[in-house]
Amino acid sequence: MSTLNLQLVRNPFGRLMLTTAQGTEEEVVPVRSFPIAAPENSISLVSMDGHELAWIEHLADLPDAQRRLVEEELASREFVPEIRAIKTISSFATPSTWQVDTDRGPFALVLESEDDIRRISRTMLMISDSNGIQFLVRDLTKLDRSSRKLLDGFL
Amino acid sequence: MTSSAVPPANTEKSLPNSWRGDVQNCLVAGETVESWVETDLDARLHFADNLVVITNRRLLAHIPGNGEWKSWDFRAGLSLRHRSHVGVGTLELVDDGGRLAIWHYTMNRNMAALSVRRAFEEQLDSTITGQPVAKHEEILCPRCKLPLEPGIEECPICTRETQTPPSTWTLFRLWRFARPYKGRLLAGFLLTLASTGATLVPPYLTMPLMDNVLIPFQNGKPIDVRLVELYLSGLLGAALLAWGLGWARTYILALVSERIGRDLRTATFEHLLQLSLEYFGGKRTGDLMARIGSETDRINLFLSLHLLDFATDVLMILLTAIILFSIHPWLALVTLLPLPIIAWMIHNVRDRLRTGFEKVDRIWAEVANVLSDVIPGIRVVKAFAQEKREAARFREANLHNLVLNDRINKIWALFSPTVTLFTEVGLLVVWGFGIWQISKGEITVGVLTAFLAYIGRFYTRLDSMSRIVSVTQKAAAGTKRIFDILDHVSSVPEPVNPVHLMDVRGEIELRNVGFRYGTRAVTHDVSLTIKSGEMIGLVGHSGSGKTTLVNLICRFYDVTEGSVLIDGVDVRSVPVAEFRRNIGLVLQEPFLFFGTIAENIAYGKPDATREEIIAAARAAHAHEFILGLPNGYDSLLGERGQGLSGGERQRISIARALLINPKILILDEATSSVDTETEKEIQKALDNLVRGRTTIAIAHRLSTLRKADRLVAMDRGQVVEMGSHDELMAKEGHYYRLYQAQARNVDTEPEIPRAVDRFREHAA
Ligand SMILES: Nc1ncnc2c1ncn2[C@@H]1O[C@H](COP(=O)(O)OP(=O)(O)OP(=O)(O)O)[C@@H](O)[C@H]1O
Ligand SMILES: [Mg+2]
Repeated sequence: MSTLNLQLVRNPFGRLMLTTAQGTEEEVVPVRSFPIAAPENSISLVSMDGHELAWIEHLADLPDAQRRLVEEELASREFVPEIRAIKTISSFATPSTWQVDTDRGPFALVLESEDDIRRISRTMLMISDSNGIQFLVRDLTKLDRSSRKLLDGFL
Repeated sequence: MTSSAVPPANTEKSLPNSWRGDVQNCLVAGETVESWVETDLDARLHFADNLVVITNRRLLAHIPGNGEWKSWDFRAGLSLRHRSHVGVGTLELVDDGGRLAIWHYTMNRNMAALSVRRAFEEQLDSTITGQPVAKHEEILCPRCKLPLEPGIEECPICTRETQTPPSTWTLFRLWRFARPYKGRLLAGFLLTLASTGATLVPPYLTMPLMDNVLIPFQNGKPIDVRLVELYLSGLLGAALLAWGLGWARTYILALVSERIGRDLRTATFEHLLQLSLEYFGGKRTGDLMARIGSETDRINLFLSLHLLDFATDVLMILLTAIILFSIHPWLALVTLLPLPIIAWMIHNVRDRLRTGFEKVDRIWAEVANVLSDVIPGIRVVKAFAQEKREAARFREANLHNLVLNDRINKIWALFSPTVTLFTEVGLLVVWGFGIWQISKGEITVGVLTAFLAYIGRFYTRLDSMSRIVSVTQKAAAGTKRIFDILDHVSSVPEPVNPVHLMDVRGEIELRNVGFRYGTRAVTHDVSLTIKSGEMIGLVGHSGSGKTTLVNLICRFYDVTEGSVLIDGVDVRSVPVAEFRRNIGLVLQEPFLFFGTIAENIAYGKPDATREEIIAAARAAHAHEFILGLPNGYDSLLGERGQGLSGGERQRISIARALLINPKILILDEATSSVDTETEKEIQKALDNLVRGRTTIAIAHRLSTLRKADRLVAMDRGQVVEMGSHDELMAKEGHYYRLYQAQARNVDTEPEIPRAVDRFREHAA
C-alpha cells in the first residue's frame, strides 16, 4: 500500500532529486536511521548540506517506482559486505588475513586486532578491516561449522 | 628518472600484467598511459576488478560486467568527479548533459584514484589549451604532496612499516626481557641442575641400603653399623645439599623474574604512551588496565614459579630416566610407559586450553571495562537512576566469565585425574613386572625398591608437569595480549630521519589536508597558511571540523592526504615530543589530574617555580578563585577535577598552557564555560599573551575572536571563508550568517528580564 507520495526523480547526472513542498528541486540522499537494527524503516532523505527534507517511515509506504529509486540509491551508497563464510585465516594472531565469502563476492580482509571485531548483539558481529571496510556477520549461529570455529578463536 | 606530473608508481610500466596486454591493444600510435587505477567494486558494489586509464588523449576504461573497453576523448565540458562515502570511493565522469560513467573502489585505492583525477585534469587541460602539461620541477608524493628526493619512488614519510604477525611461540618473545639477566638466569639454571641432581641421590642410596643391609640381615647376617652410618649420612648430606641449592636457586630466579615483570610492565606502559590517540580511541580503558596490570603479573608468576618448576620437572624426569635405564633397562621401559600417553594428551588439550584462557582474559577485560565505564560516569548513572542496569551489566559480564571458566574447567578437571590414573596403573605394572623379575632372579629386591622410590617422585613430577600445561597456556595468552600492545606501531610514528627544529618561529602551513577518522571523511583539501605571530580565529558550526584541524596541527593524528608543515618542515619529520613542546593547548574538555592545583598548572613544566605558576594563574584569571579555596594552590583535586566548576577547570587548563610559554597557542573553546564577564577578563589577559605567539582560537561566541588577525570559517570539513571580521561581514556569506544568528540571540537576551517584569505585573 502506498500512502506516501514524494516527488522523486533521478536526473541525468545520476543524482536523486526531490521536489520540496516549496516547489524547489533539491538533490537528496537517502539515509537509513537504523541500518542494522531496522533497515527497512525510518529512512530519511537528507539534502547535500545535511538537512532532513523528507521522512519515510516504511519503505513499503512508497509507490513502486519511487521505492525502487530509493533502494537503488541506497544500494549504491551502502557498503557493508556480509560475511557468509570464512575460508581460511593466516593465523590466530593478529594481524591476520582472512579469506572470506561475502554477499558481494570473495575478499581477503586484514584484521588488525581483535578489538576490530565488535559484538552488536549476541549473534551479530561487525568486523572492520585494516582499510576501514566494515563487514557484518549477521547471524553467528548460521555460519557453517568451520567458519564458526575459525571465528571463535578471536572471540 | 624523468620528472612527470604523475607519480611514477602508476604509469604504463607498472600496469598489472593482467591488464597490460588489453590496454596496449587499445592504445593508438603516440598514445601513452599517464595514470591508472584498478577499481575493485562494480556498480552494485560487489567485488570485481576494473581499470580506469588516463592516456595523453582520452580516458580509457574497462566496463564492469561485459568485459568491453570504452573510452572518452578529452573535450571541453568533460570532468571527472571524486567523492567518498563510508569506505567507498567513487569516480564519476560527467559532461554538461549528465553522467557518462561511474566507478567505485574501496579506500585502499584512493591514492591511485586521486592521482588519476589529477592526471585527467592536467591532460584535459593540455588537450583543450594545446599547451603541453606543465612539468613539475619536483616529483610529489601522491599522498602527502611533498616533493620526493630524486631517485626515491616512495615517500619515506608516508610508507609505514607493515606489521608482521607475531610468531605462535609467543612465550619465547619474553626472551627480549630476559636477556639483560642472562648471567643470573644461567646461574639459576646451573643451581637447578645441581639441586635436582642432589634430590636424586636418596632413592639411589635405598638400593644398597636394601641389598647390602636389610636383605642380608633378614638372611641372618648382623647389621653392618658402619655401612648404615655411611648410607644414612649420605642421605642426610644429599638432603642438606638439595635444601641449600634449592634455596639459592629459588631466590635467584624469583629475583630475576620480578625484575623481568617490572621491565615488562614499564615497557608496555611506556610503549602505550607513545601510541596515537587513534589507538586509544579504539580501546577500552578496562581492557588496557587488565593487560598491563594483571596479565604482566601472571606472566611474572609463570616465569618465577611455574617455568622454574617445569624446568626442574623436565630435568628430573630426564635424570631419573637415565638412572633407571642404567640400573635396569627393561624395568625402566615399563616404568616410562605412561609418558607417551600423557604427552599425547597434553598435546591434545593444549590448544583448546589456550584459546579458552584467551577468552577468559578477554572476558576478564570486559569485567574491568564495565568498572571503568561506570566509575567515571557515576554521575550520569545516578542521575538517570540506572544503578540496577549497570549492576545487571556487571553481573552478566561475570556470568560470561563463569560460563567460559566452567567450560575450560570441564576439560581441565578431567585432565588431571586422568594423568593420575595413568600413573597409578603404571605403578601397578611396575610392581607386577618387578615381582616377576625378582622371582626369576633377574633383579634384586633393592633394585625394585629403588625403582619404586624413583617412580614415586617421577610420577608426581609428571602430574605437576601436566598442571603446567594450563599455566603455560595462560601465560602464553597473557603474553600475546601484552605483545599486542608492544607490537602496535604508532600511527603517528617517530620520524626515521628526524629534523630538529632549533628555534621555532611558529609558522604553520596546511597543504591540501584531507583527513578521515577511519572511513569517515571529515576534512577535505584544507589549505591554510598561518604566519608566525598571527592570531587566527576558527569559526564554524558544531561538527564542522575545527577540533579535527587542531588535532592535525598538534599531530594527534596524521593527515590522510596532504601535509602539515611547521616553519616549512613537515611535522611528520620532527620528533613528536620536540614538536609538541612548542604548543600550548587548551582542550575543549579540560582534564585535570589527581594532585594539587599547583601540580596541575605545572604539568607541562614540572620544574616551574611558584612565581611562574602564580603568574600563569593570574594570566588565566584563575588566581583569585584559587586563593578562595581552602588550601590555595595546594588544594587537592579529585580524580577528574571534580571539586571545581567547569569554568574553573578551563581556567586552570589555560594557565597550564600558558606556563610552558609556547610559541604556538591553541585555544579550543577555552572560555566556553565561563560567564561573559569572566571571559572578558580572561580575554584581556590573553590579548597580552597572544602577542608574539601564533595563536589559533576556536570559539562559538564570536565576540571572543575580535582580536583575531584573520578569521577562518569552516563548514563540513572545508575552509569556506577567510579574512578579517569586516571583510567577511561585507561578503555576507557563511560568517555573516553565523554572526547574524548570534547577534539575534544577544538581542533577545535583554528581553528575558522584561518578560519576567511583565509576569510580576500580572502577579501583582
Ligand atoms: N574520534 C572520532 N572518530 C570519528 N569521527 C569523529 C571523531 N572525532 C570527531 N569526529 C567527527 O568529525 C567531525 C568534526 O568534529 P570536530 O570535533 O572537529 O568538530 P568541531 O568543529 O570541533 O565541533 P564543536 O564545535 O562541536 O567542537 C564531526 O562530525 C565528528 O562527529
Ligand atoms: Mg570541537
